[in-house]
Amino acid sequence: MDSSRRRILQLLGVSALALTTRPVFNAFAKEEVAAEAESVIKAGAKSLKAKQWAMVIDTRKFKSEADLEPLIEACHKIHNVPRLQNKRHEIKWIWGVHYHNAFPGKAAQFLAEKVEQRPFLVLCNHCENPPCVRACPTKATFKRESDGIVFMDFHRCIGCRFCMAACPFGARSFNFRDPRPFIAETNKEFPTRMKGVVEKCNFCAERLALGQLPACVEISKGALAFGDLYNPKSDVRKLIRTNYTIRRKQTLGTEPSVYYIV
Amino acid sequence: MLELAIKGGKKYYGWMTLLMVIVGIGFLLYLRQLDFGLGITGLSRDVSWGFYIANFTFLVGVAAGGVMVVLPYYLHDYKAFGKVTILGEFLAIASVVMCVTFILVDLGQPSRVLNVFLYPTPNSVLFWDTVVLNGYLFLNIIIGWNVLEAERNGVHYQKWLKPLIYISIPWAVSIHTVTAYLYCGLPGRGFWMTAILAPRFLSSAFAAGPALLILCCLIIRRVSNFDPGREQIQSLAKIVAYAICINVFFFLCEVFVAFYSNIPEHMDHIKYLFVGLHGHGAYVPWMWASMVFMLIGIILTVNPITRKNEGVLAVACVLIFLGTWIDKGLGMIAGGFTPSPLHEINEYIPSLPEIGIALGVWAMGFLVMTALFKIAVSVKEEIRA
Repeated sequence: MDSSRRRILQLLGVSALALTTRPVFNAFAKEEVAAEAESVIKAGAKSLKAKQWAMVIDTRKFKSEADLEPLIEACHKIHNVPRLQNKRHEIKWIWGVHYHNAFPGKAAQFLAEKVEQRPFLVLCNHCENPPCVRACPTKATFKRESDGIVFMDFHRCIGCRFCMAACPFGARSFNFRDPRPFIAETNKEFPTRMKGVVEKCNFCAERLALGQLPACVEISKGALAFGDLYNPKSDVRKLIRTNYTIRRKQTLGTEPSVYYIV
Repeated sequence: MLELAIKGGKKYYGWMTLLMVIVGIGFLLYLRQLDFGLGITGLSRDVSWGFYIANFTFLVGVAAGGVMVVLPYYLHDYKAFGKVTILGEFLAIASVVMCVTFILVDLGQPSRVLNVFLYPTPNSVLFWDTVVLNGYLFLNIIIGWNVLEAERNGVHYQKWLKPLIYISIPWAVSIHTVTAYLYCGLPGRGFWMTAILAPRFLSSAFAAGPALLILCCLIIRRVSNFDPGREQIQSLAKIVAYAICINVFFFLCEVFVAFYSNIPEHMDHIKYLFVGLHGHGAYVPWMWASMVFMLIGIILTVNPITRKNEGVLAVACVLIFLGTWIDKGLGMIAGGFTPSPLHEINEYIPSLPEIGIALGVWAMGFLVMTALFKIAVSVKEEIRA
C-alpha cells in the first residue's frame, strides 16, 4: 500500500513539473521564432541576379600555368583555402590541368600543339542536375533555386564524402585535418572551415551579393566571362553564340555551367 | 538470457579479453583520428573512401548472408535449419553492428551524424541505407531474441513474430541492394556503373555469410556440447558453392562487357586492379589472390568428395571469405576511385592507424557475435540437458 502511494506521489510530482515547464519552453520557443523572423536576409540593392549563373573560359588566352596563377591565388586567398604540403590532403577550388585531364575521353591521340601545351582551368561546374546534391544525405550541399549556385553548408556537413564520390569532375575537397594553421593570411570576411567537412568553389556568391563579379573573373582580364545562362543578352550567351564551346563530360547529363572556348 | 553471456569457462573469458584488448587499441587510435582528422588514414582527395567503407560494404553482405538459413527454414519448412537459424540471425546482428560502426568511424564530423535524421533526404541513397540497416538490426534483435527465449521456455514463439520473420527475408536482400545503389548510380565512375552490381554484391554475400557461418558451426561443435549438425553444415556448403560460382560468373560478365566493348572508362579500372595502369599496380597481387582463392573455393565446395570432408570444407570457407573480402571490399572501393575522374592515378594504401581502427571494429563485432552465440549455445545445451 505504502509503495503505491509513494508511486502516485511521484507521478503527481513529475506531472506538475511537466505542466510548469511547458509554458517556460513555449516562451523560449516564441522568442526564437520572433528572432528568426527578423533575421531574414534581404538581397542587397546592388546584388547581381541570374536564373543560372554560368562561366565561359576562353582557354586561348592562357599560354602557361603562370597565366593561371593569379586567378587561383585570388580565389584561394579570399576564400581562406589552406595550402597543404601533403598532396593527399590538398584543398583546391580552382586549378589548372592538361587537356587530357580536363576532357578525358575527348583527347585524340594527336592534338593541336597549342591545345596540348595550354593549361585548362577547372572548378565546380555548378551543374543544373548536380549528382552531388542528389547524393548528400543531409542537404548540406544544395542547389540555390534563385540562381543555380551549388552551395556547401559547412556546419551541416557530416563528412561522409558521398558528394565527392558522386562528382564526376573531382571538384570537391575534404578537410583531412584542421586547415586553419595552413592559411597564410585569414580573410575575416569569409568563414574558415574545420576538419572533417567538404568544400568547393561557390561561384563567389558572397561577392555577387555585393554586386561584384567572381574574383577569378575580375582578375582574368577578359579571359573569363560570367553571366546568366538564361539571359540571351548576357556576356556568356554572347560568347557561346559567337564561339564554338565545349563542356566537361557533357554526356553524363549533369549540364555543367562552365563552358570552354578551345 | 543475457546472464548466459557472462557465465563461461577460462577459454571463453580469455578470448573475450583478447577481443576487448584489440577493441581498446582500436578505440585509442580512433581517439587520435578524432583529434587529428581523417588525415591519419591513407585516404586522399582522389580516393576519398577506403578501408572503412570497404569493410562496411563487405559486412553488409555478411549480414545479408544470414538470411540464407532463415529463408529455407521459414519459407520452405526445411526443418534441419531450425537448429541454426538463431546463429544466422545473431551473425546478422553482429555484422550490422560492425557496419554501422564502420560508417561512424568514416565520418569527418561524427558528432553531426543525427543530421541524417534531422534533415531526412529521400533522394540520397545513404539516407535509405541508414534506414534499411537499422531496420534490419532491429528486426533481427526482436526475432532472434524472442524465438530463442520461446525455445528456452519450451513454447512456440509468439504469433506476431511471424510477419516480422517474413519481412526480414526481403529486407535482407534490400540492405545489400541499397548498399550497391550507393555506388552504381554515380555518373562518371565507370567501374561501379553496372546494373549487375547489386546482384554481384548479393551473390558474394550469400557465399561469404554462410561460409563464415560454417566456420562458426565447426568451432561451436568443438568448444561446446551443442552440435549444429552435419546435414546443416553440408546444406550451407551447397549454398556457398552455388553462390561463389554465381559471383565469379558475374565478375566474368563484367570483364566481357568492359573488354569486348573496349570502352576505356570501363576497362581502365579493371586493368588498374589486375595488371596495373601507367605503372601503378599496388592491388595486382591482391586481386589475383582473390581470384585464385575463389576458384579453389569453387573446386573444393562443388566437388562432393572435398565438400563432405569437413576439414577441407573449413579451408574452402576461409579461402572464400578472404577472396570475397578482397574482391568486394578492398578492390571494389580502391578500384572504383582509381583512376580518378580526371584520369589521374593517386594510389590508395591504407595507413597503419586506419588498419588498427578497422581491426578494433572487427574485434568489437566478434565480441558481440561471441556473446550472442554463447547465449544461443547455452540455451541449446540447457534444452538438451
